[in-house]
Amino acid sequence: MQMSTTIGDDTRQDAPPERQTKRQRQASVIADAASGGMKVFLVKLVGLGIVDALAVYAIFVLIAHDQWIPTVIVAAVTALVNWIYFSRRKLPAKYLTPGVIFLVVFQVFVLLYTGYIAFTNYGTGHNGTKEQAVSSLMASSLERVEDSPTFPVSVVEQAGQLGLLVTDPESGDAFVGTNDQPLAEVDAEFDGDAAVAADGWTTLQFADVLARTDDVTALAVPYSDDPNDGAIRTPDGTSGYLYVSNLEYDEAAGTMTDLETGTVYADTGEGAFTAENGEQLLPGWQITVGFDNFVRAVTDPRLAQPLLYVTLWTFAFALISVASTFFLGLFLAIVFNDMRMRGRKAYRVLMILPYAIPSFLSALVWAGMMNQSFGFINQVLLGGASVPWLTDPFLAKISILIVNLWLGFPYMFLVCMGALQSIPDDIQEAAKVDGAKPWAIFRLIKLPLLLVSVAPLLIASFAFNFNNFNTIYMLTDGGPRDSNAPIPVGFTDILITMVYKVAFTGQTRDYGLASAYSIIIFIVVAVISIIAFRRTKSLEELN
Amino acid sequence: MAAQHPVPGSQAGLIAGEIGEFPDASTRAVTSQGDGTRHIPTKRPFSFGRWFGATGWRHLVGVVMVVFSLFPIVFVVSSSLNPNGTLTGSNALFSKIGLDSYVRILSDPQVPFATWFANTLIIAGVTALGTVFLGALAAYSFSRMRFTGRRFGLVSIVVVQMFPQLLAVVAIFLLMSTIGDLFPAIGLNTHVGLIMVYLGGALGVNTYLMYGFFNTVPASIDEAAKIDGAGHARIFFTIILRLVAPILAVVALLSFIASVNEFVVASVLLIDTENQTLAVGLTKLVSNPRYADWSAFSAGAVMAALPVVALFLFLQKYIVGGLTAGAVK
Repeated sequence: MQMSTTIGDDTRQDAPPERQTKRQRQASVIADAASGGMKVFLVKLVGLGIVDALAVYAIFVLIAHDQWIPTVIVAAVTALVNWIYFSRRKLPAKYLTPGVIFLVVFQVFVLLYTGYIAFTNYGTGHNGTKEQAVSSLMASSLERVEDSPTFPVSVVEQAGQLGLLVTDPESGDAFVGTNDQPLAEVDAEFDGDAAVAADGWTTLQFADVLARTDDVTALAVPYSDDPNDGAIRTPDGTSGYLYVSNLEYDEAAGTMTDLETGTVYADTGEGAFTAENGEQLLPGWQITVGFDNFVRAVTDPRLAQPLLYVTLWTFAFALISVASTFFLGLFLAIVFNDMRMRGRKAYRVLMILPYAIPSFLSALVWAGMMNQSFGFINQVLLGGASVPWLTDPFLAKISILIVNLWLGFPYMFLVCMGALQSIPDDIQEAAKVDGAKPWAIFRLIKLPLLLVSVAPLLIASFAFNFNNFNTIYMLTDGGPRDSNAPIPVGFTDILITMVYKVAFTGQTRDYGLASAYSIIIFIVVAVISIIAFRRTKSLEELN
Repeated sequence: MAAQHPVPGSQAGLIAGEIGEFPDASTRAVTSQGDGTRHIPTKRPFSFGRWFGATGWRHLVGVVMVVFSLFPIVFVVSSSLNPNGTLTGSNALFSKIGLDSYVRILSDPQVPFATWFANTLIIAGVTALGTVFLGALAAYSFSRMRFTGRRFGLVSIVVVQMFPQLLAVVAIFLLMSTIGDLFPAIGLNTHVGLIMVYLGGALGVNTYLMYGFFNTVPASIDEAAKIDGAGHARIFFTIILRLVAPILAVVALLSFIASVNEFVVASVLLIDTENQTLAVGLTKLVSNPRYADWSAFSAGAVMAALPVVALFLFLQKYIVGGLTAGAVK
C-alpha cells in the first residue's frame, strides 16, 4: 500500500517543483559550479581516475582472452560514467549510476541469465564448449605409443601455468607448450642434447618438480593443433613420451571413433557424442535444449511428483507461517497494549530476542534440541521420549512450523503493536459513545484499520517465507530424503532449497533443471505480488 | 501530506515516535474522565479476581511467551558453558560451568572460527556501508530531483526487489566463476566478489525505505542551503545525510543482519574454509555427522549472535519503524 500510494502521490505532495524553467536550470548549474571548490573537483577526478584505470586494465585482460562482447560493454559503461560525471547536467544520473550498475549486473542480469540457463543442459558433464569437450575427451583417453622415442623434457612455468620444454631427439629442436597450447618451437639454452631453459619461462628445479608431482604428471601437452596427433606426457619430469588418444576425432564429420571397439559416436544434437545404441561419451558440451528442462520437470513422473509435493508444501509453509506468526503477534500486541500493566518493556525486550538472533543460528540450535536420540526436547521435556521431530515426514513439517513461529512472531508482534498504537483514539471513543462493545470495536474498527497498514507487510512476509531458505535448510536440510526421486529432494524441501540442492549438492549438478525450478518460483512470486498489490489497493480504498 | 503529517503505520509515522508507550482509550479513561473534573478514585480493597481480570492474565500470557522465547536461548547458553559436552551432555542445564568450550572453538585448528568471525564482520560491515551509501544516493535523487524515468525507476525498484538474489544463485555462481577465470581477485572464492553480489541488492527495499524518509525532510532546507551557495553535493553530504541519520542506521543494521544471515550465495561463492562466513562455516560444521562437540558449537553460536543482538537491542527503537516499512523477515 505504501508503495503504491507514495509513488502515486509524489507529484502533489513534497515540495520540489515539477519542471524547472531553462533559466532556473542554468542558474542552478552556475550555483553548483560556483559552490564546488577545488577539493570536490579533485576528489571527483581521483575517483574517476581509479575507475578508469581499473576499466582499462579490465579491457586489456578481456581482449587477451578474446572476450569481445564484455570488452565492448565495459568500454561503453566506462565512457558513459565519465560522460555523466564530467557533464554539468545529468544530476540525477550522478546519484543513481553507482547503485544502478550493481543492480543491473548482480540482480537484473543474473535473473535474465537464470532464464537462459533454464533452456540449456548446463550441469555436470555439460560444462563447456564443444572444443573443450573434444580436447578433454581426447586427453582422458590417452595411451602411450609403444616404441615411441623418448623426448628429453624440462618442466617450465609461465604466469603460474606449467608447461613442458620438449627437445625433439631427431632434429634437436626445442618446443614448448602447455595443456592448452600445442607445442611451438622456441629458442632455448641446451645442456647437452636437452633444452633446459627458454625465454619467458622459468624452469622448475628438481625439488619443485617433486613437490608438484601431481601437477606435472597431469600435464598433457598437445603435439600439434590436430588432437589426433596425441600429446607429450612425462611421468618423472625429465623424459617425455608421445601418447595418443584411443579416440579419433573427425572434425569434418563431427564424430568420435573409439579405435579399440570401432564404435562411432556422433553429434546428434544432444550435447554429447552419442553412439547408435544411445551410449554417450561424457563430458559433453553445453547446448540450448528449449523447454526440455520444464517438460522433464512436469512430465517425468519421478521428477513431477517431488515438484508437486514440494510446491504444495511451499505454499502451505508460507501461508501457515504468515498466519501463525501474525495471529500470535496480534494477540500479544493486544495483550500488552494496556497501560495498566507493569513491566511491559521487559516482556517486550525478552520476547523480541528470538528476532534479534541471526536465524541460521537459531535454526541450528533448534535442530540440536529436536534431535531424536539426544535432543533436549525428547530427553528432558518429554522425559526420554523418542519423538522423530525431524525425521518423520509429517512431524518434520510441524517442527518447521513451530520453529518458524518462534523465529517470526516477534516481528509480527512489533508490527501489530506499532499499527495498533497508530490508530487514533477518537475513533474508538466515538464507537464507545455509540455503544459498541469492546469486541465489536476490535472486530469492526481496529482490525480493518490494522489490516490496511499491515497487509503489505503480510504479503512481504509471505514472499519472504516462500523463499525462507535458512529455516528449512538449517533445521531439516529438507529431509527426510525422498529415496524415489533421482534428485536430492526431501519431504520438507521448499522450492528454493530444491533449487539449491539440484544445482549444488549430490553427485551430478544440474544447473539447467535448477534454473527451470527458479523460473517456476519466479512466476509464482510475480503472480502473487501482482494479485496481492491489486488487492491491497482495494483494501486501502476502504479506508 | 506525508511530509507534514506522518501517515499512521507508515515508516515515517513509526519512526516519528509511535514506538513509545502510547496510552489507548481504555487506559486513559482511568485517569481522566472526560468532563474535566477530577475524580479522586476511592481506594478499594485489593481483589485478586479483579486484578487477574484486568492485568494478571496478561502477565500469565507474558510469562508463557517469555519461557517459549527464551528456552532455546537458555539452552544454548547453558551448553556453551558446559566444559566438555556432547549434545546429550548439554541437556542438564547449567550443571557445569566453565569457559573451556569457548577456548576450544577458538583454538581448534580444524575450525577457523576467529577467521570466520572476522570474515563475517568485514563482509557484512562493508556491505552495510555500501548499501547505505548507494541507497542514500539513489533515494536523494528520487526524493529531490524530477527527471524523465523517475517514476519508472521507483516502480522498477519495487518490482525488482520482489525477486531476491537467491533465486538467481545458479546464474550468480556461473557469472562469478567466469569473472574469476578472467579476474581472480574479484571472482569466485573472494570476499570482494561476494560483497559486489550483495551490493547488487542495495537498491531495492532499502532505497524505498530511505526515499520515504527523505521525503519527510522539508525541501525548504535544501532551498535555504542553495540560496546560501551550497551545491548539490554539499547539500547531500553535509545537510541531508545528517538529517536522515536514523534511517541510515536502520538500513545499515538491516543490511548487516541480512548479510550475517545470508547462507545461499555465500556458501556457493566462498569455497575455501578460511574464506567462509560464520553462517556457512558453522552450518557445515554441525551438519558434519562426525562433529560431536556440541558445546564448542554453542560457544561459537553465542559469540556469533552477541554482536548482532547487541546492535539490535541498542537500535531497537529505530528498527521497529524500519521493519514495519521494510518487512524484512
